[in-house]
Amino acid sequence: MIEVSGLRKVYQDRGREVVALGGVDLRVRKGEIFGVLGQSGAGKSTLLRCVNLLERPTAGTVAVAGQDLTALGEKDLRAARRRIGMIHQHFALLSSRTVAGNVAFPLEVMKVGKAERTRRVAELLELVGLADKAGAHPGQLSGGQKQRVGIARALAGNPAVLLSDEATSALDPGTTQSILALLKRLNRELGLTILLITHEMSVVKAICDSAAIMRDGLIQESGTIPELIARPGSRLTAELFPLPEPEPGTVTITFTGQADEPVVSQMVRKFDVDVNILGGALEEVAGVSAGRLRLRLTGDERAAALTYLADRGLLVQEA
Amino acid sequence: MTWDDMLPLLLESTGQTVGMVLWSTLFTLILGLPLGVALVATDRGGLFPSPVLNRVLGLVVNVGRSLPFIILMIAVIPLTRLIVGTTIGATASVVPLTLGAAPFFARLVETALREVGRDKVQAAQAMGAGRPTIVAKVLLPEAMPGLVAGLTVTVVALISYSAMAGAIGGGGLGDLAIRYGYHRFETTLMIVTVVVLVVVVQLVQTLGDAVARRLARN
Repeated sequence: MIEVSGLRKVYQDRGREVVALGGVDLRVRKGEIFGVLGQSGAGKSTLLRCVNLLERPTAGTVAVAGQDLTALGEKDLRAARRRIGMIHQHFALLSSRTVAGNVAFPLEVMKVGKAERTRRVAELLELVGLADKAGAHPGQLSGGQKQRVGIARALAGNPAVLLSDEATSALDPGTTQSILALLKRLNRELGLTILLITHEMSVVKAICDSAAIMRDGLIQESGTIPELIARPGSRLTAELFPLPEPEPGTVTITFTGQADEPVVSQMVRKFDVDVNILGGALEEVAGVSAGRLRLRLTGDERAAALTYLADRGLLVQEA
Repeated sequence: MTWDDMLPLLLESTGQTVGMVLWSTLFTLILGLPLGVALVATDRGGLFPSPVLNRVLGLVVNVGRSLPFIILMIAVIPLTRLIVGTTIGATASVVPLTLGAAPFFARLVETALREVGRDKVQAAQAMGAGRPTIVAKVLLPEAMPGLVAGLTVTVVALISYSAMAGAIGGGGLGDLAIRYGYHRFETTLMIVTVVVLVVVVQLVQTLGDAVARRLARN
């Protein structure tokens, strides 16, 4: 649905070149929620704003729904943007308009007639659960309600894609959860493809099907969540399941989905080894349970026992 | 002078001042508002970035603002004659008043527009809004409380300028104060004129504040 390739963005800052994006490839499939995780300054915001060409990339191409946006003229680009929704960290609502007026704004831009606009606004506010706030002004709303208005506004043009720029970063944890649940629901019910950027692992954990980690303008790793968890040395895994630095002789096993199978006890029964559990973490990620265990394994059949674990589909790493 | 002598004079002069100020406010809006929008739009990172045009407009505004009004008034006499046909009277003073206030107002418009968050402009761009739409439906409405406050300050300045216009025969309360209060030592009339000016300025400021507050509350 979104194909980004070879994306570079270089700024000129007082004669100095600042590389915000140093060659980024990204592929977001139709109907998935893709999270780009990174610290501030990693370039994720620039990446997101290059997807709808709010910033024009220095090099590389961006295609949304099969259309190469970088090749479009200004008029066609404006038309294409109407099919890409966007929500913002600080909501970016117009304080001069009511809630209904804010949601109507993109429809005015699309030259939708007044009767149709009124009908659509009511429908959108119903969808985000704010039907009773149509006449309120943004200043009278809570942060979570403001973001709901932002989401309703972003959906006005029936977009295939929603871009989320740190949409929950200005919200408290409880409100964050309700906004994430709303995004997940829209993803399921409308088949909406969502590309979101965030610095919060909890956001990725809560709703993302796929993720990429960004640092210094580059994607460090990218893939579906189960793929990333199963990948040796994954930074995402390390951040999801924080364990202390491994001591020599210890073994770290990572598993997805097999949490209900008693693999470790089966191993102990099958092989002549002793197991000492040093640490572990278990999480529900993208709807599957996954975790990491740090073990110390001793005994004559240590090597065979580790092979057994690997054969059962666990990722085994020896320190 | 008795009250019966002063009252018709005061009424006529106040009417002239109000007329001068109203007309020059109208023309200041017509000239200053687009100029202020242009100052913001042509700036680096603006909607129509054009460094050259931006510098030219900035220069024009600064020249307009650096001339003391009393000098400007005399300097534009040929232009006034060209436009109005005369250089004396309330109507004629609308030309220098407008030229004096428009650059001042343009700067206030510029400041008000810069207060509008960039994210609002970008949100509109992300919706596919064109640049005229962004100016008309995002920048100006969002800056409205600031624009009203700026206009209030401008009207007060115009009232003050209009009194100065009186010094070279522009009519109005300033003219009255100079002719009777200064040249004929009519202290009572002078004081009354001052009181009327204070009341008018108070009214304008109170009205402007109320409107700006009402707009900002939303």
